[in-house]
Amino acid sequence: MGAKKECIAMLLAGGQGSRLGILTHSIAKPAVPYGGKYRIIDFPLSNCTNSGIDTVGVLTQYQPLALNEYIGSGQPWDLDRMDGGVHILSPYQQIKGSEWYKGTANAIYQNINFIDRYDPEYVAVLSGDHIYKMDYAEMLQFHKEHNADCTIAMMEVPWEEASRFGLMLVNDDGVITEFEEKPKNPRSNKASMGVYMFTWKKLRAYLIADEETEGSSNDFGKNVIPAMHNAGERMFAYQFDGYWKDVGTIDSLWEANLDLLNPKANIDLTDPDWRIYAKNSALPPHYVSKDATVQNSLVSGGCKIEGNIDYSVMFANVTVEEGANVRYSIVMPGATIKKGATVQYAMIAEDAVIESGAVVGEDPEKIDDLANWGVTVIGAKVNIGENVKIPAKAMIAEDVKGGDAQ
Amino acid sequence: MRANNILGIIFANAYDSVLGGMTAPRAMGSVPFGGSYRLIDFTLSNMVNAGIDKVGVITSNNYQSLMDHLGNGKPWDLARKHDGLFFLPPFSAQELERYNTGRLGALQNNTQFLEMSNEEYVVMSDCNAVLNIDLKDVFRFHVEKNADITMVYRHGSIPKLNNRLILDKITDGRVCAMSIVSNGDGEADCAANITIMRKSLLESLLREASASGAASFERDVLLKNIANLRVFGYEFKEFCPIIDSIQSYFDANFALLDAENQKSLFGCGRPIYTKVYDDMPVIYGLGSDVKNSLVADGCVIDGIVENSIIFRNCRVAKGAVVKNCVIMPSGFIADDATLNCCILDKDVTVRSGRALSGAETYPVYLAKGIRV
Repeated sequence: MGAKKECIAMLLAGGQGSRLGILTHSIAKPAVPYGGKYRIIDFPLSNCTNSGIDTVGVLTQYQPLALNEYIGSGQPWDLDRMDGGVHILSPYQQIKGSEWYKGTANAIYQNINFIDRYDPEYVAVLSGDHIYKMDYAEMLQFHKEHNADCTIAMMEVPWEEASRFGLMLVNDDGVITEFEEKPKNPRSNKASMGVYMFTWKKLRAYLIADEETEGSSNDFGKNVIPAMHNAGERMFAYQFDGYWKDVGTIDSLWEANLDLLNPKANIDLTDPDWRIYAKNSALPPHYVSKDATVQNSLVSGGCKIEGNIDYSVMFANVTVEEGANVRYSIVMPGATIKKGATVQYAMIAEDAVIESGAVVGEDPEKIDDLANWGVTVIGAKVNIGENVKIPAKAMIAEDVKGGDAQ
Repeated sequence: MRANNILGIIFANAYDSVLGGMTAPRAMGSVPFGGSYRLIDFTLSNMVNAGIDKVGVITSNNYQSLMDHLGNGKPWDLARKHDGLFFLPPFSAQELERYNTGRLGALQNNTQFLEMSNEEYVVMSDCNAVLNIDLKDVFRFHVEKNADITMVYRHGSIPKLNNRLILDKITDGRVCAMSIVSNGDGEADCAANITIMRKSLLESLLREASASGAASFERDVLLKNIANLRVFGYEFKEFCPIIDSIQSYFDANFALLDAENQKSLFGCGRPIYTKVYDDMPVIYGLGSDVKNSLVADGCVIDGIVENSIIFRNCRVAKGAVVKNCVIMPSGFIADDATLNCCILDKDVTVRSGRALSGAETYPVYLAKGIRV
C-alpha cells in the first residue's frame, strides 16, 4: 500500500496512432519525437511534475518497448519517488483471466487496484498524444471549488474547425449540458482536450458499471462520460487558453513542430518556470560550418550543419552536408541529408539517410492541385538513393534505390 | 582483468591559479569548456568509459560549483549503491594547509580513502587536459609492460606550468630519464599527468614520502624512483590541449571548430558525459547568421555569430555581432552590441550598442556576472 495521495494521474499511452503511419510502425504514439529533443509524452509527464502530481500510471499496450525504455525510472521528470512516481501499467494476467485493454475506460478499470493502492480523492485521466502546457493543480482546484464529479478541460476552437472535435455545450455556471461528437453543424466551439479530472469514488463506480454493461466499447468519450452525464452527475468544463494541439496526424505533427518557430503560436518551451523535461543524453553542442546558412530553425545537440536550413526542426545528431537544402521540414535524431539533397515539406524519421541529389517532398506553391499535396514522410532507417525524387504526401517505409536523375 | 579493479583519483584544483578570474569562483575542474562541458567531464568520462566505477575527486577550495556540477554523479553513471563518486574536500585546517603543497599533500590527506578502497590499481589525473583517451588501452599497456608506473604523455609544446615532468628518454616505452621543468619553452614529450600504478605501490610511496618529509609528488616520488621502478610512458597522439593560461583556454576552445579535433574528442565512440539541463534546442531567428561556430542547447540566436563557442542558455539579440568569442552559459548580448576576441564568463550581460574587442593573442576576459 502506498502513502495516501490526494490526486494521481493516469496517462493513456497505449494507442497505436495509426494515422501517423510509418512513424508509429515500431513505437507507440506517445514515444514519437517532437520539437527537436522531446517525445510527445514529455508534455503530459512534465505537466504532472510541474503541477505537483508525483504519482503517474502510464497505460501501455501497443509497441511499448521504446516507451518503457524511455520512461525508465522516471528520473528525467523527477518521477522516481520514494512513494508513488511513474509506473508503466501493461495488461496483466488476473485470476479471472487475462485480456488486452479493450478501450480507454477498460484500461483504467483493469488498474483499479493500482489506483486504490494510493487511495486518492481525485484521478486525472490524460492522453499521451497532445502538445500543451497545463497546470493540472489549477484544474483540480476548479474541480474542488465546483464540487464536481468530473471536470473536462475545454478550449475554444475556431468555428470552422469545430466539427473535427468532441464538443461541449456549457451553461453560464460552467456546467456541461450536452455533448456533441464531431457534429456536422456544430452548436458550440468548446472542444474537449481529452484531459479529465474525476472524483475517484464516482469514477470507480462508473468504471465497474461500464464493465458490466454489455455491448459497451469501454471508452471514456463514448461510454463513461455519457453515462455520468445521463445520470445527472456534476460535470464541469474547465476553460484552457494556452496552446494545445492533438498531434495524431502527419499534418498536425508537422505543424505542431513548426509552431515552435511561429511567434504567433503561443508555445514557449524556454520558460524556466514550466520546463518540459526529457530524457537527454549528453551531447556536444551542434556545429554550424562556414558555408552553412541557418534561418528560423531549431537545432539540437550533436548536429552538424554544413548545408542550408530554413524553417525546420533538427533533432539530435542530424547531419546536413554541404549544399543540401532543408526547408519546412522535421528531421528526427540521427538522420543524414547528404550533399546537394533537398528536403522540403517533409518529416524524416530517425536514422534515415537522404543520399546526394535526392529531392524529398514538394513545395505546395509549385503544385497544381493542392488536393494532392501533403507532407512527405520517410520512415526510420530508410535510405533514399541518389537523385531519387519522392513526391508530396508519399510515405516511404523501404529503401529506394538511386540512379541517374529521374 | 576486471575494469572496476581500478580506482580513479582526480585532482580538481590542480593549477587553479593559471586561469586568473575564471577560477576565482570555481575550481579548475568546473571551468566551463567547449560549449557544454566542465573541464572535469573529460577525465571523469574517460574513467567511466574504461569501466571504472569508483572515483575520488580531491578538492581543496572553491568547490561549490564543482559539487553543484557533479551532484551525486548520476550523469556519469556514478550514483551507485556501492562505490561511485566520492567527493574529497579538506577535513581540517591542517589538511587544508597540506593541500597547498600539491598532489603529494592532497594524496596524503586521503590515505584513508585509499585504504578503504579494495581496488588493486589507481589511475590519477588532473583535469586541465582536454582529451578523450581509452584508459583501458593504457591499462593494457601497463600490464603488458609489467610496469610499476605508467605515465601518459604527449609530444608537443611544454605547458607553462610549475613542476611539469618531461620524459627525456624513452626506450621501448620505458622512461629512462625525466626532468622537471617549470614554465618551459619549446617542444618535448610532456607528461599529461595521467598516471597508473598499483594502489599498494602508491600507498608505500606515500608512506616513504611522509617519512622523508618529501614535498613534491613529481620530484620526490616519481622522479626520485625512476631507477628503482619500472616507469613507462604511454604516448597519446590525439587531440590533447593542456590548459595552462587564459590564452591556451581560448585557443583550446577554438580548436574544437576543427572537424578532426571534434572527431577525436566527440566522435570516437566514447561519449563525454556532463550534467544535462532541460534546455530546449537552439532557436535561430529570421535574419540570424551563424558561421563556423558551436552552439549549445537553450540559446536563442537572432544576431550574427562567427568563429565562436556559445554555451547553453545564451541570447544573441538582433543586430548583435559576436566574432571569435567564447561565451559561457547564460550570456546575454543585447541588440547591436559587438564583441570580438572576448571570453565572457557565466551570466555576463553586454548591453545594447556596447563594443568590446580583444586580440586573438590577447582576449578580453569578462568575469562572472559582469554587466557591461
